[in-house]
Amino acid sequence: MATKIKVNGVDRTVDVDGDTPVLWVLRDVLGMTGTKFGCGIALCGACTVHVDGVAIRSCVTPIDSIGTSEITTIEAIGATAAGAKIQKAWLDREVVQCGYCQSGQIMSASALLASNPHPTDSDIDGAMSGNICRCGTYVRIREAIKQAAQSNKQGG
Amino acid sequence: MTLDHLTSRTADPSRLTSANGVSRRGFLQAGAAVGGGLMLSLSLPFARDEAEAAAADGFAPNAFIRIEGDGQIVLTMPYVEMGQGTYTSIPMLIAEELEVELSQVQLEHAPPNERLYGNPLLAGVQATGNSNAIRAAWQPLRQAGATARTMLVSAAAKRWNVDPASCRAQSGEVLHPPTARSLKYGELAADAARMPVPESVALKRPQDFKLIGTPAKRLDTPAKVNGTAVYGIDVRPPGVQIATLAQSPVFGGRVKSVDDAAAKAVKGVRQIVRLDDAVAVVADHMGAAKKGLAALVIEWDDGPHAKLNTEAIVGELEQATLNPGAVAQNFGNVDTAMASAVTKLAATYQVPFLAHATMEPMNCTVHVRKDGCEVWVGNQVIPRAQAAAAKVTGLPLDKVVVHNHLIGGGFGRRLEIDGVTRAVEIAKHVDGPVKVVWTREEDIQHDMYRPTFFDRISAGLDGKGMPVAWSNRFAGSSIIARWLPPGFNNGLDPDTTEGAIDLVYALPNMHVEYLRVEPRGIPTAFWRSVGPSHNVFVTESFMDELAAAAKQDPVAYRLALLDKAPRAKAVLELVAEKAGWRQPLPERVGRGVSVQFVFATYMAQVAEVEVSKEGAVRVRRVVCAVDCGTVVNPDTVQAQIQSAVNFGITAALYGKITLKDGRVEQANFDSYQILRMNEAPAIEVHIVQSSEPPGGMGEAGTSAIVPAVTNAIFAATGKRLRKLPINAAELKRPV
Repeated sequence: MATKIKVNGVDRTVDVDGDTPVLWVLRDVLGMTGTKFGCGIALCGACTVHVDGVAIRSCVTPIDSIGTSEITTIEAIGATAAGAKIQKAWLDREVVQCGYCQSGQIMSASALLASNPHPTDSDIDGAMSGNICRCGTYVRIREAIKQAAQSNKQGG
Repeated sequence: MTLDHLTSRTADPSRLTSANGVSRRGFLQAGAAVGGGLMLSLSLPFARDEAEAAAADGFAPNAFIRIEGDGQIVLTMPYVEMGQGTYTSIPMLIAEELEVELSQVQLEHAPPNERLYGNPLLAGVQATGNSNAIRAAWQPLRQAGATARTMLVSAAAKRWNVDPASCRAQSGEVLHPPTARSLKYGELAADAARMPVPESVALKRPQDFKLIGTPAKRLDTPAKVNGTAVYGIDVRPPGVQIATLAQSPVFGGRVKSVDDAAAKAVKGVRQIVRLDDAVAVVADHMGAAKKGLAALVIEWDDGPHAKLNTEAIVGELEQATLNPGAVAQNFGNVDTAMASAVTKLAATYQVPFLAHATMEPMNCTVHVRKDGCEVWVGNQVIPRAQAAAAKVTGLPLDKVVVHNHLIGGGFGRRLEIDGVTRAVEIAKHVDGPVKVVWTREEDIQHDMYRPTFFDRISAGLDGKGMPVAWSNRFAGSSIIARWLPPGFNNGLDPDTTEGAIDLVYALPNMHVEYLRVEPRGIPTAFWRSVGPSHNVFVTESFMDELAAAAKQDPVAYRLALLDKAPRAKAVLELVAEKAGWRQPLPERVGRGVSVQFVFATYMAQVAEVEVSKEGAVRVRRVVCAVDCGTVVNPDTVQAQIQSAVNFGITAALYGKITLKDGRVEQANFDSYQILRMNEAPAIEVHIVQSSEPPGGMGEAGTSAIVPAVTNAIFAATGKRLRKLPINAAELKRPV
C-alpha cells in the first residue's frame, strides 16, 4: 500500500505495510540514516524526530499514523531557529563523543527549546530523560541547552 | 579538516582500492624513492619493512601521512574513533610536528595491516583498546610528523639552494624568511619524496607546542550533529537488503526446527536463512525483517547449558577461591605479619556479569561474491574482522575488503568479531549485499560480558591501625587467555590483575593470587576499564574498611600510606580540597573517596551520595583529580572522565546480567538500565599539570567511581556494600 508522507518539506511516497515504524521508512526506504535505531521500544530516544514540531519516537510510530503531518529529521533541523541554536551549542560545548545518540538528543533538545525558550534544570530533566547517552555526555548536554537558551535571551 | 571519507554512505569504488590495504600499497610503491627502514626508525616494532614511498606527484614518508600533489594532506588513523576523541588527539600529535593546522588535514581509517598499524602496546595487534592509543602513538607519530617536515624543508632548501637551517615550516608551508619566499607542502611533495630519510629528527620542546595541550575542537563533531556521520549501521551499498536475527537463547544451543510460513508472508520479507544456531530474516527494510522475525516459530535444542543459572556460576567461583591460585604478587611475608597483627579483617566481594549496551546495536554489512567478500563495519580490530570473513567464506585474506566506520560506542564490545562472523555466515546465503542488524534484545542477550568475579580478601593492622598485611585471592575469567593467548602465562595475565597487585599504597607485606575460572555457557570479553573495573572496586572498598576499622578518616588514612607515591598523594590531596572533604553534610548524605593508578594514570575521586529512606541512591556530585602526565587535549580529558564516571555509576547502581535456565534475563533498556539525564551528577575534573609521558584516559574514570560511590554509601548509612550492583533494599533506613 502506497503511503504519502512529507519529510523535511518534501513529499515522498513509500510502499510498506501501514504498521511499519517511521524509523525504518526513514533509514532503510528513504536512505535518511541520520535518525538512529537504539532500542525499538521507545526507551532510549535515539530515533527521535519531530512530527509537526513535537518530538516523537519514530521506532514505535507507525507510518500510517502520520497522515498529513510534517516529519522533520536531524538532516533538516538546522533550518529551524531552535535547531540551529542547539546544533551550534552542541559544537561550542563539544558535547559529542561517539555521537550515535546525538541526533536524538538534538531533536529532543530542539523541541524543548522551541516550546520553552528558557528551560529550567527540571524542564531539561523532563524533556531529556527519555534520551539515553551511553557515553554519558549529560553534563555537556545540559550546559549546551542552557547556552542555546541564553542566546534566546540575547534575541539571537 | 574534512571527513569526506567517513561520511560516504554508499560503496564508492575509488575507496575499495584503499580499503584493503593492497592496491593503495601498490600505488604508493609505484614511484618508490624513499629508502626502506623508515618505519623501523619510528620504533614501531611491529611495523618494519614497509616504508611508504612516494607516488610520482605525492609524498608518503610513512604509513600515517600522505601529501598529494594537489596539496591535500591525508592522515591515516591507526586507532578507531568510538567517542574517545582519538580522531582529534592523534592528528594533534602528527600536526604538531608536521606544522600543519588541524583544519588542513583529512582523515582516513587505516586498512587492516598489522605490520603498519599494529599497536605496540597490544603485542602488535591492530586494535584500539586498553586506553593506550596516546601512549602508543606519543613518540612514533610525533616522529612521523617531524620526519615528514624535515624532508619537506630539505626539498625546499634544495630548490632555493639555501641552507635548510635558514628555512622553517609553518601552517603547511615551508618559508625562507631571509628572502620572503614560501612553498606549499603540495608543491614540494614530489621533491620531498626524493629526499633522504633523516636518521633522526629532533622533536619539539614542550614549551614550543602549539597544539598539544590545547583544547582543540574535535574533528568528528560537525558530522555528528547534522546527521551526516556514517556509522557501520548507516552504510547502504547499492541493492543492500536488511536482515535481523534470532540466535539460540541459550549459549551453545541449536535450531531444532523452523516454521517460516508466516514470516515469508510478511510484505517485504525476501528470504529466511537458517544456520545451526541462529535464524535470520532478510527483507527490504528492518521493519519487515523484525515483523518477519516475530512471525517465525523456532524450536530450539537448548544444549548443555539449558539449566544454567548465575548462582551456580558464582558458586563455582566462590568454591575455587578456597584453593590456592597463581601468585600474582608477593612481597614481605604476609603469614608472619598477619600472625602478629593486632586487628584482622576479612571479607568477600563479588561483581556481576555486565553487558556493553553500546547505543549502536551490533551490526555488520557483508557482500559475498564468488571471488571476493566486502565487509562494512565499525570495529576495534579490523584485521581480525578481515580474518573472520576470510575464514567463513574460505577466501584468501587478500580477497576480503573491510571498510571500517565510525563506532557508535565500543567499550570493548567491538574488540570482538563474533558479529562479523555471524553476518558473513548469513551473507553467504544471500545474493547481493546484506546488512545484519541485531535488535536491542539480541544485542543485550548475545553480548560477550564483563566477567563476574569472586574475591576473598583479608588484612592485618598494627596497634595504630595501619596495615601490615594484605592478602587477596580472586577467581574469574581471563579475557587475555582467549583474546591474546601469549599474554597469559603461568596462570596470570596483566589485565585481569591490574589494579589488584600494584596498589599505590606502601604495604609492607602483600600476597595476591588469581584463579582462572571460565564460566560455563556465557562468553566473556573486555569491558570499559577491564581488569580494574573489578579490582579497584575491591581494593578501594577494602582500604575504606581498613580506615573504618582503624577509626580514621578515609582520606587521612590513605594519605598516611602515600609518602612514597607523590603523584598519587597529590591527586588525593587535590580532590579532597576541591570536594570540600571535611565540610558537614546532611543526614543520609555521604562522601566516599577512591585512589588508583591504572592505565598509567593517577586518579582520585570523591563521590557525594544521597540515600533515601527507601534506599534509593542518588549520586549528587563527583569531583575528580587526575594526573595523566602530559595532556594532549585537556577538553578530551575532561570529557572522558565525565563519560567514564557516568558509565561507572550506571554499573554501580544498575549493572547486572543474570542467567536463568541458560537464558540472559535482561533484554532492553528497561531491564538493563542506563543512567539518564535526571540521575546524572554534577562532575568536576581537576587536571594536575605534568610533563611526564601521557597516561590513558578512556577508562580510568569508570573503575575509580564505583568504590567512591559505595564508600559514600557507607559514609551515609554505615552499610558496607561488597556485592554489585547496589541493592536498594539493603539500604532502607532501619525502622
